[in-house]
Amino acid sequence: MAHEGSILTAADLAGNGARGDDPDVHGKFGIFGGRYVPEALIPALDEVAAVYEKAKNDAQFLSEFDHLLRTYAGRPTTLTDVSRFSEQAGGARIVLKREDLTHTGAHKINNVLGQALLTKRLGKKRVIAETGAGQHGVATATAAALLGLECVIYMGAVDCERQALNVARMKLLGATVVPVTNGSQTLKDAINEAFRDWVTNVDTTHYLFGTVAGPHPFPEIVRDFARIIGVEARRQMLELTGRLPDAVCAAVGGGSNAIGAFHAFIGDEGVQLHGYEAAGRGLESGEHALTLTSGSVGVLHGSRTYVLQDDEGQTIESHSISAGLDYPGVGPEHAWLKDSGRAVYHGVTDDEAMAAFSLLARTEGIIPAIESSHALAGALVLGRELGPEATILVNLSGRGDKDMGTAMKYFNL
Amino acid sequence: MTTLQTVFAKAKADNRAALVGYLPAGFPSKDGAVAAATTLVEAGCDVIEIGLPYSDPLMDGPTIQDAVHRSLVNGTRIADVMRTVEGVAATGAATLVMTYWNPIDKYGAERFARDLANAGGAGTITPDLTPEESEPWRVASAGAGIDTVFLVAPSSTDQRIKAVVDCCTGFVYAASLMGVTGARESVNAAAEGLVQRTRAHTDLPVCVGLGVGTGGQAAEVAAYADGVIVGSAFIRRMLDAPDEAAGRDSIAVLAKDMAKGVRR
Repeated sequence: MAHEGSILTAADLAGNGARGDDPDVHGKFGIFGGRYVPEALIPALDEVAAVYEKAKNDAQFLSEFDHLLRTYAGRPTTLTDVSRFSEQAGGARIVLKREDLTHTGAHKINNVLGQALLTKRLGKKRVIAETGAGQHGVATATAAALLGLECVIYMGAVDCERQALNVARMKLLGATVVPVTNGSQTLKDAINEAFRDWVTNVDTTHYLFGTVAGPHPFPEIVRDFARIIGVEARRQMLELTGRLPDAVCAAVGGGSNAIGAFHAFIGDEGVQLHGYEAAGRGLESGEHALTLTSGSVGVLHGSRTYVLQDDEGQTIESHSISAGLDYPGVGPEHAWLKDSGRAVYHGVTDDEAMAAFSLLARTEGIIPAIESSHALAGALVLGRELGPEATILVNLSGRGDKDMGTAMKYFNL
Repeated sequence: MTTLQTVFAKAKADNRAALVGYLPAGFPSKDGAVAAATTLVEAGCDVIEIGLPYSDPLMDGPTIQDAVHRSLVNGTRIADVMRTVEGVAATGAATLVMTYWNPIDKYGAERFARDLANAGGAGTITPDLTPEESEPWRVASAGAGIDTVFLVAPSSTDQRIKAVVDCCTGFVYAASLMGVTGARESVNAAAEGLVQRTRAHTDLPVCVGLGVGTGGQAAEVAAYADGVIVGSAFIRRMLDAPDEAAGRDSIAVLAKDMAKGVRR
């Protein structure tokens, strides 16, 4: 993708699977993943998997996806050397992958364009999606408008209030936004409600899932559509620095931007992979989203993975200043990368993330999403550990325009 | 014969379908759930499903969501579910637990199966446990001597139906429609076809649930199924009642009507 004129290949999309990093036929990454859903949904999941399997090896599909990524999403996105910011990281060279420069302002556009094309191939005319902060909802509404699909977005009533601007954007794009008033009225309840819609309307509707969680085949499909981030970045790093980075850093909520950034590097043993979860107000406070770093293995939203849960398997509500990381589950492939030791996961508090948010704005003139600021905060610490010879690639998953309300309150602006 | 086999044999001998009632543990209160289930048994329910309240009930409609949310707010724990089963099983009704998989997974499959058997429970219904993921639970349940009931749906292919019924003991739960739990204006016409397709793969009784809310609908379903499952319609009446006693009176009326329905 980074080479002008080259078309996205099947290998770019799905990798080559040669390193054992593809799930088995049941969607299992080791003990993680699988399908824990009502039997009624199994045929639909089988259909999505079969249509995707065909599409990913179909030159026409690849060409359509490639065309949209270039001419609509604005790919390839550039790398940016951030030398002034790097001074605060012990002199390690920090390079940003600029997903914030894509259309709609976040990496989410990659997945929704891929799945919207898939919806057409499924012969369905309606998409539904869940959203927390509204970013995946806005991205889905955008792709639906582009491809002429009916679009319904489920969003927790609490989130609708916190993110009124995104609700307005979705409506402007022609989507119906349904506030979800049951449970904790946030992302996890929006997912429950989207599943209820799907099981009722599965004949006409595709559930355009927003992250690498959920039942098989969603973790694999969403990963493949996000994978372009790392595919581009790997080529671009070789061009820019002449070698691979020492580490790749990304924020982890459900985990789609992180898996997108990591996946092309999994086979590069010298490249460390670091994921940063939201530590919120700190582990001890109980108000955090430290699923991988403090959760336990369980089943949530159709998949076996790490979950924030009590001793009887009831989901515990998460907290983060960043709505995009405020989720008590995580994609099963991250659970597998954690247990295999290939990736390492850390917590970053609200305060640490907001300090990095402010620092990048002041040193580089880039206002990052608060989600991405967790990875930036992590890179500052990692840079000091790895030393001045190190090169660190940070996935800047989105821009911070959406976060100005939070920033105004936090910094008294 | 297991408790469930006895129930279905008796219903068959009477030339009628069995009536299955669902209520969540801890709703409207811990003791109130046992009292309400006992009312259902006295009014003619042959089998009781006790719901294990779960924070993320993605197969349930608004009525059951509301009830389980109240139950969780009341602090219902798995020990309370087991005590509820014990209280209901003491009436002589076959008593199952209906639960999403994660609470069993976290509690420990063997421990859950053993505790349920010790409480007098007949088995479980696990709506989000697919055949592919069910082996640990089937092994644990067989070890404890309790039944495992799984669901088939109108969208299920014949191949899937076979895979599901091969995992079932006790009976097969046929979801009448594509959707979540909740009473409907009419019972989906697809239900009868699903029951027939299911029978082609098993001799187990086939019970129909989702959307059954009146005696007339119970009679309609009883004409082709071995059992009729009712949940939301009872819970709706309890939610609408001014107090627990009035709620019991109200569900007794409905359960009697349903019991007549399955005998028509």
